[in-house]
Amino acid sequence: MKYLLLIYQSETAVGTQDDEMRKAVLAEYGAVTAEVKASGHYLAAERLQPIATATTVRVRDGKTLTTDGPFAETREQLAGFYMIDAEHLDDAIAIAARIPSVRFGSIEVRPIWPPPYCE
Amino acid sequence: MSSSGWTDLEKLFREERDRILATLIGLLGDFDLAEEMMQEAFVVALDQWPVQGQPENPRAWLVSTARHKAVDRIRRDALHREKLTEVTMEREEAPMPLEGDSSPLTDDRLRLIFTCCHPSLALEGQVALTLRTLCGLTTEEIARVFLVPLPTMAQRLVRVKNKIRSAKIPYRVPPAELLPERLDAVMTTVYLIFTEGYAATGGETLIRGELCSEAIRLGRILVELLPERAEPAALEALMLLHDSRRCARVGSDGEIVLLEHQDRGVWNRGQIEEGIGLLERSLSRGGARCRYALEAAIAAVHAQAASYEQTDWREIAALYSRLLQLHPSPVVQLNRAVAVAMAEGPEFGLRILDDLERQGELQEYHLLPAAQADLLRRMGRFSDAAGYYARAIALVGNGPERRFLERALADASGR
Repeated sequence: MKYLLLIYQSETAVGTQDDEMRKAVLAEYGAVTAEVKASGHYLAAERLQPIATATTVRVRDGKTLTTDGPFAETREQLAGFYMIDAEHLDDAIAIAARIPSVRFGSIEVRPIWPPPYCE
Repeated sequence: MSSSGWTDLEKLFREERDRILATLIGLLGDFDLAEEMMQEAFVVALDQWPVQGQPENPRAWLVSTARHKAVDRIRRDALHREKLTEVTMEREEAPMPLEGDSSPLTDDRLRLIFTCCHPSLALEGQVALTLRTLCGLTTEEIARVFLVPLPTMAQRLVRVKNKIRSAKIPYRVPPAELLPERLDAVMTTVYLIFTEGYAATGGETLIRGELCSEAIRLGRILVELLPERAEPAALEALMLLHDSRRCARVGSDGEIVLLEHQDRGVWNRGQIEEGIGLLERSLSRGGARCRYALEAAIAAVHAQAASYEQTDWREIAALYSRLLQLHPSPVVQLNRAVAVAMAEGPEFGLRILDDLERQGELQEYHLLPAAQADLLRRMGRFSDAAGYYARAIALVGNGPERRFLERALADASGR
């Protein structure tokens, strides 16, 4: 079963972390990613650039509307993701609980639709 | 079929349906299919047993009959789907597996209860699915119990079953490292069912006895299947000790009777003894720090007291203090205040309650002003008491409790 683990955290809160802390978190991310790869759960993982770089696109009545940033002001922003293959939700939760941001942000665990006709 | 044969099957259905259903869910991996096939198996039994006699192991027979019916159904559906996909090519879910480690001889109810009470499910969904599967309440009954429209409850059940399937919540007893945390979640749900039955949050009846009984039955399953753990025995003890007073808590007119005025002669002695036995068992397994054990110990002191006045209030206040240290909560503090008032005098209890009020705790909880009013009344400050009774009435949800407070208000206002 594939799961997408969406990492949400407050960019402003992360911005106040000092260099040492930031380095430690990054190193921990590296270690967790290596573990997830070693255990065979890893499918993909990426870190997103800050929302200041984001663009939101909509098409309404055939017209493309392009705006700066995400539409809603939310407390936490999407900062990255892991895509994993896990046996069941408990395994996915166990991996989510090891992602460093889980301690100051939150991880949303979303099951991914299986492909059609997989027997 | 002879009437005794019919009764036998009915009895079997009542006693074994949860075990059979739990096993079938494990085998079939689908809550709805399992339930449907179980019902079909009982229909076959109703038909065959009077003629061919009851099989040696009725449960195993029912499980395997239901399983065969499911296999037939899946084959038929698969055939049907193949024909369909030739023309429509629409997305279909993969057929569910027909294996698993369930066998008619294992007791799968523990797997079922841990799945129904998985923390990734909304609490109201956990409660509904537990009552539906393990207790066999109909969707209509559950809707009535929680005072929601039938379609709302039906939707809630669909949503929770859908999440179990789609997010792939494992059908298992959690491994040792997860067990304490998950058992906690299960017990919270069971106790919630009990408390909803014991003091209904809305409606016109104070007690919904069937919910109390179901929670006690669930607690018994936990005690029976997790005999080495201290917590389930403590929870079961607590529920039994509270429930032993069920008959005495409501007068013949349906109105509330306070502990102080209850006829202790109608308290259920059998439940009290069983509760105390379970409490001792829990304590001997290291349950002394468990919230339920401490609460059960408090209930046990009440259960053993000859009268309200002769209750060992010092012991109760001490137990509440310990509970407060281990599991701080304003509700526990409120209860401690009442015990302190009884042990040392109302003014000492009132001081604690006024502190709670000042801290802005329990602003929506009617029992805080109700307790303040009661202590003020005991101190002879009737007009102050009336003010607090009025506040409690504004917050209370269920009919008998509201009428009790209204009578107390009228009483205090007349003094």
